[in-house]
Amino acid sequence: MRPGSLSARTLAPGAAEGPVFVLAEPLSFWGGLDAASGRIIDRWHPQQGQSLAGTVLLMRAGRGSSSGSSVLAEAIRRRTAPCAIVLLTADAIVTTGALVARELYGTACPVVLAEARDWLAITAAPRLAIEAGEGQATLWSVG
Amino acid sequence: MPALAEADRALLSGQEGEAARFAMGLLVRFAEAVGAPDFIDAEAAHIDGCLYHGEVSLDFVEHCVRLGGRVRVPTTLNVGSVDLIHPELFRGEPGLGSAGARLMRAHEELGCVPTFTCAPYQTIFRPRFGAQIAWAESNAIVFANSVIGARTNRYGDFIDLCCALTGRVPRYGLHLTENRRARVLVEIEACPPEWEEAGPACIAVGHVIGRRCGERVPAILGLPMDATEDDLKALGAVAASSGAVALFHAVGLTPEAPTVEAAFQGHPPEEIIRLGADDLRATVRSLSTVAEGAPLAAVSLGTPHFSLAEFSRLMPLLDGARATVDVYVNTSRDVLEALEERGWAERIRRAGITLVVDTCTYVTAIMRDLGGAIMTNSGKMAYYAPGNLGVEIAFGSLAECIASARAGRVVRLTP
Repeated sequence: MRPGSLSARTLAPGAAEGPVFVLAEPLSFWGGLDAASGRIIDRWHPQQGQSLAGTVLLMRAGRGSSSGSSVLAEAIRRRTAPCAIVLLTADAIVTTGALVARELYGTACPVVLAEARDWLAITAAPRLAIEAGEGQATLWSVG
Repeated sequence: MPALAEADRALLSGQEGEAARFAMGLLVRFAEAVGAPDFIDAEAAHIDGCLYHGEVSLDFVEHCVRLGGRVRVPTTLNVGSVDLIHPELFRGEPGLGSAGARLMRAHEELGCVPTFTCAPYQTIFRPRFGAQIAWAESNAIVFANSVIGARTNRYGDFIDLCCALTGRVPRYGLHLTENRRARVLVEIEACPPEWEEAGPACIAVGHVIGRRCGERVPAILGLPMDATEDDLKALGAVAASSGAVALFHAVGLTPEAPTVEAAFQGHPPEEIIRLGADDLRATVRSLSTVAEGAPLAAVSLGTPHFSLAEFSRLMPLLDGARATVDVYVNTSRDVLEALEERGWAERIRRAGITLVVDTCTYVTAIMRDLGGAIMTNSGKMAYYAPGNLGVEIAFGSLAECIASARAGRVVRLTP
């Protein structure tokens, strides 16, 4: 492992790097994310209107309808999705959306499960790089 | 990584075809994400992928078709974006309509049964007690678990089809007896005496458990013992809308709850919620955003899809004047056939009512006039319509809905 890097568990494999976006509250992608623009459209969400496109999205947990898998996969297809997602609680809806997009379009949006003790360090980084292999993933701060 | 049985390895190796290999690969990763230790056989599946969410919906199913996929267990289909039997009802963008229709047909090519209903438990594919199944669609899931005692988790997008293409389902959550025990006791202390039928009480309780129980399993004590299967269907549908309820027990009414002790599997409740007549009245009132006398644009019934029993309650209410506003009843093509055989469909149409099949008035563009309030007897419709359709809503009994359709404004029959 690279010095200073953190380890995580791979839910959906891939590699990515981007600016960090910390979700203040869990977001249901169905009804909450506009796949055409990559923006948060849930009018009750504190970050409504902000774009998730190309970000490393940090969310403690997923939320909402299983149709969220389709919305995430559609956003990945349209290249409006986050480039990677870091979770603190495993989430099947997010994982499924990322896996399906990778299978259909060959576009990886790695999804990893971080350790609770690393959360502060991860959320403090302005930019993160992620390498999610089979089983094991690595995260490190860049720039 | 979940443990794989010989059957799983055969699927994963491509021995059972490329589509099964693709589906099993996704299922293994899904099982890992939900922490399932291994897989069991699924007896049946219900797929909710016929509703068009964008190109990815079609790409996924077409990919399975190209790989030569065939479902390995009896598989029913949820509503799609268009009424294939009455395509003229679709009022959305034509491109969306044709993509939606293609999506429905592609599922048929995989061997799914074209039921196109959100109430597969009203078809001959109704599962048996104890059956391990992979069902999607929140109201169908809660009905199968609660009213029938079949076992499914809240499956959805892509994974439901993966289970159908493999006949396997990850062993976790509500597939396991210990996770089916009640956690919260909901005690109804008194029902409003002016409510002659069990319907409104069931809707009110469903709304409360959705909001207050989250994903915890509730056991309801004190529901009217004459609650019908359609009342329990409505209860589950609203509970799965206002919350994430996938299973409820109704003591003395549902199969896993002959007694409170049985529902809790001998454990004490984590929380007790007590509801009086005033709580139930207030909850039902809160479902309407407009008052008595408000002008109506339309009446919408059958969310979830109307059963034959519900139509038999509707028929006697049709004697009298025609409706002055649009009235829609959503149902399945199976039930429509039964209505035609009985000569009821003709009488319903003569009364000025539009029968909608294969889809539903709040997931697609069908309603002609959205320029006023919509009235419904469905708690689920009342919950979603203000957000999904951007309309005001009036909730009432079936009789009130029909009286209001004639008057063109909200009519209340009980004070």
